[in-house]
Amino acid sequence: MRIGLFVPCYVDAFEPEVGIATLELLERFGLDVHYPYDQTCCGQPMTNTGCHQEAAATEALFVKNFSGFDYVVAPSGSCVHQVREHLTAIPQTDAVRKVRETTFELVEFLHDVLKVEALPWARFPHKVAYHANCNALRGIDHARPSELNLPYFSKPLNLLKKVAGVELVNLARPDECCGFGGAFSVFEPAVSAKMGYDKVADQKRAGADYVVSADSSCLMHQKGCAERLGLPLKYIHIAQVLNGAAA
Amino acid sequence: MSAEELHPREREGVVNPAVRAATDESERGQDGRRLDHAEGSSKPIKAPPVREPQPRGAKIRGDRPIDQAEAAERFLAAPLHAAAHDERLWDLRKKRDAAAFGIPEWEELRELASQIKTHTLSHLDLYLEQFEAAAKANGVHVHWARDGAEHNRIVLGILRDHGARTIVKSKSMLTEECGFRHFMAGEGIEIIETDLGERIQQLDDEEPSHIVAPAVHKTRLDVAEVFARTLGTDPDNDDAHYLAESQRETTRPHILAADAGMTGCNFAIAETGTVVTCTNEGNADLSGNVPKLQIHSIGIEKLIPRIEHLGVFIRLLSRSALGSPITQYTSHFRKPRTGSEMHYVLVDNGRAARLGMEEFWTSLKCIRCGACMNTCPVYRRSGGLSYGATYAGPIGLIIDPTFNKRKYSTLPFSSTMNGSCTNVCPVKINIHEQIFAWRKVLAEEHQIPLLKQGMMKAAGAVLARPAAYRAAIGAADSALKVLPRFAVYNPLNTWGKKREMPDAPRQSFHAWYKENRMKDGSK
Amino acid sequence: MSAREAIFSDIRQNRPAGEFPLPEVPLFQPLVGDDLVAEFGERLVRMGGRVAEPGADDVFAGVRERLDAAKVVASAVPELEGTLDLRAVSRPQEVNDVDVAVVRAVFGIAETGSVLFTQDQLIVNAVAYLAQHLVVLLDPADILPNVQAAYRRPEFGQAAYAVLHTGPSATADIEGVLIHGAQGVRSLTVVLQPRANP
Repeated sequence: MRIGLFVPCYVDAFEPEVGIATLELLERFGLDVHYPYDQTCCGQPMTNTGCHQEAAATEALFVKNFSGFDYVVAPSGSCVHQVREHLTAIPQTDAVRKVRETTFELVEFLHDVLKVEALPWARFPHKVAYHANCNALRGIDHARPSELNLPYFSKPLNLLKKVAGVELVNLARPDECCGFGGAFSVFEPAVSAKMGYDKVADQKRAGADYVVSADSSCLMHQKGCAERLGLPLKYIHIAQVLNGAAA
Repeated sequence: MSAEELHPREREGVVNPAVRAATDESERGQDGRRLDHAEGSSKPIKAPPVREPQPRGAKIRGDRPIDQAEAAERFLAAPLHAAAHDERLWDLRKKRDAAAFGIPEWEELRELASQIKTHTLSHLDLYLEQFEAAAKANGVHVHWARDGAEHNRIVLGILRDHGARTIVKSKSMLTEECGFRHFMAGEGIEIIETDLGERIQQLDDEEPSHIVAPAVHKTRLDVAEVFARTLGTDPDNDDAHYLAESQRETTRPHILAADAGMTGCNFAIAETGTVVTCTNEGNADLSGNVPKLQIHSIGIEKLIPRIEHLGVFIRLLSRSALGSPITQYTSHFRKPRTGSEMHYVLVDNGRAARLGMEEFWTSLKCIRCGACMNTCPVYRRSGGLSYGATYAGPIGLIIDPTFNKRKYSTLPFSSTMNGSCTNVCPVKINIHEQIFAWRKVLAEEHQIPLLKQGMMKAAGAVLARPAAYRAAIGAADSALKVLPRFAVYNPLNTWGKKREMPDAPRQSFHAWYKENRMKDGSK
Repeated sequence: MSAREAIFSDIRQNRPAGEFPLPEVPLFQPLVGDDLVAEFGERLVRMGGRVAEPGADDVFAGVRERLDAAKVVASAVPELEGTLDLRAVSRPQEVNDVDVAVVRAVFGIAETGSVLFTQDQLIVNAVAYLAQHLVVLLDPADILPNVQAAYRRPEFGQAAYAVLHTGPSATADIEGVLIHGAQGVRSLTVVLQPRANP
């Protein structure tokens, strides 16, 4: 299976080890993983600000980079949501549609496509609060959101439960947004930071040592908030935990 | 309740012995268990008894874009208010979840409600004709208003015909849209709001901050201050029972003396010409049943075809809004009482135009339950007045720009687009997707700041060219100095004011990959 | 062009594209168990209402104290003679001094603990709000399982005024503190008493 690895710009610049963990994890399953070297971004920064035309060339580059793979995999629910739902500034050719349909977020790829049953190399003996990124949760159906009266499921928690030693703790507001919201975090800084403070306080009260998420952007925001409040919480991407990070 | 169980208040100033003692946080049921029906909170949520000035709403400067972020920052600068507000509304959200999860067919009801609404809206002319014919056959006078000003003129005309000078009124978002109170004040007509929250807001000369809980941004201390100033209550008595009772006792004479009663409308039934109102206080029933003249203001999107469809909406409305299975009163007004006159004013005010907006017409499905506000993490931390518009919160973000695209151009950006609003919406409006769609419309019509659009243009140009992108983040020692320009797009470092900056890694993934995986030049 | 014509013209011009059929609304399985009387009472109490059992020789035993303490009792039921004859009332304002009003419900709803009145039961609609307390006679045989079933009843299409009461008037607009008697009645007590003439 030929996989195109998409490493979002945040991960590339700030959390390279998340990209490395994603690459190694996919390779553990015997996949033929390629990293298109000219990749930049999915176009989300522009699209989410309403500037679709400004995103068109970036979207075209994304499709050019990621055509020809069986699947495109990225460790970010937010970017995958963008590709799947909002990569629409360019004409929807067969190639564009194919890339959009075959782009998967790492957790759902492991859970739904590879149907991973065991992660024997992974051990993470810590109290973990899972942070559900909003786009992953409500945009690409990582789990049953708390608002809906539907049968419960959670793909990321199913995977984390296969990791030895993980002790999950429950948040009082399990899927409340942490306030990152892309450009929101800088254009509405007071509310964004307050949401972040409330989120990390909830994690602390729940007794978490680590916060695990499938999105680096939320983690970066929360880590910044926790540090500002002086809370000794640690933030780590789910790719690293699943890949056997000792933390 | 037997007479012995009543707690006559010992303090002075209490006008009725049925008022509970100040120590009694809330009503208990016949079974002794705490009650949390209607807007009641599931646990006491009391702001500390420390005077903190109430934060006021967004600054309104004509048509200039509302600075919601600025008003929200001021709201958060009043931590006692901010904490009580967030906790109170989150409590409503949790009550809503419990109510929704108590009904196995909840999601099916939402789907039915959505389908009934889209059906009605796509045949609105037919259902309005049917409604009008039924109402006229019932002896109701029917009026049509293109906009808020026409609505106000029509109501004034009805009042003048009857020599009426005073109105008791129950809560109506439509009349807020029309600027009804301000207009009538100018015409010398006295209006008394009879919903407690709305009355508080009227006495404080402030707009409602929430669709169903108009004064939810105020603490009891604020209310005590407003009532002391306007109703002459004891400024040091901030007991909610005392305050509510004072309002009841001072409003009752107005209800008895009013020349006319007005209500809004939750649902208008085409087949029977019925107007349905849902209240917890029974104030719509007082407005509709005491004065000789009754007027109901109806947004044309309130239509539903038949009585049997009410079953779907009534089961959803109060559970979504408050987590209460039904409002205390669900009232169906169909014909005038003997000797009284009944008028309907059907108001468009932009609704027919919105029907033609392909991406936004389904916002007309809204039944004004406020569930999207209660769940919205931004709204809960901003206060409804920060939006500077009739409709605050998620539903406001997608409705307000239809009233004034420039003034409300900023509102669709006051959202993280987390999507919780869409999931709680009882009529399945895709609220967060419409927020996303509004951003596109506003950018295309250049209703977003030039600075922002310019940044996006620059970011788009760099991100489309791998070499330029790598040069931009590779030339610096750390990506940090450059990357925020298009990753965080931040010219002013608002990030760092409130949060620590991320650590700069030794190298990017891109560089790592080149170093570790491209030695043989493959891939 | 009149406002009416303008609005209809705009609506017709802006009709959303697509087919949007009107769905059938099922009755749904009742949420409540078979004992509708018990379910009704349980839910009414959660909504702030009270349930009073009729006494062996006094229908109003459960509210006797309240009735005895009342100066003005307005009765709209044959089971009780009040002090105020509602049929003689010409203006709604006249019932403002009623302490207790006694009325019979058309039916009850177990799902919510609601009772329905129309103008025929209330005689003076306003008495159900201006009175301090409301006592409601409800025939246990008149309890419907759910709201959906209630809205299949004919009263809604026939009555000039039909209203579902679920407990007393309530507000919690100040800090979520629940208060009964916001504007309308301070209490609502249901006496489960079969109709005199079925």
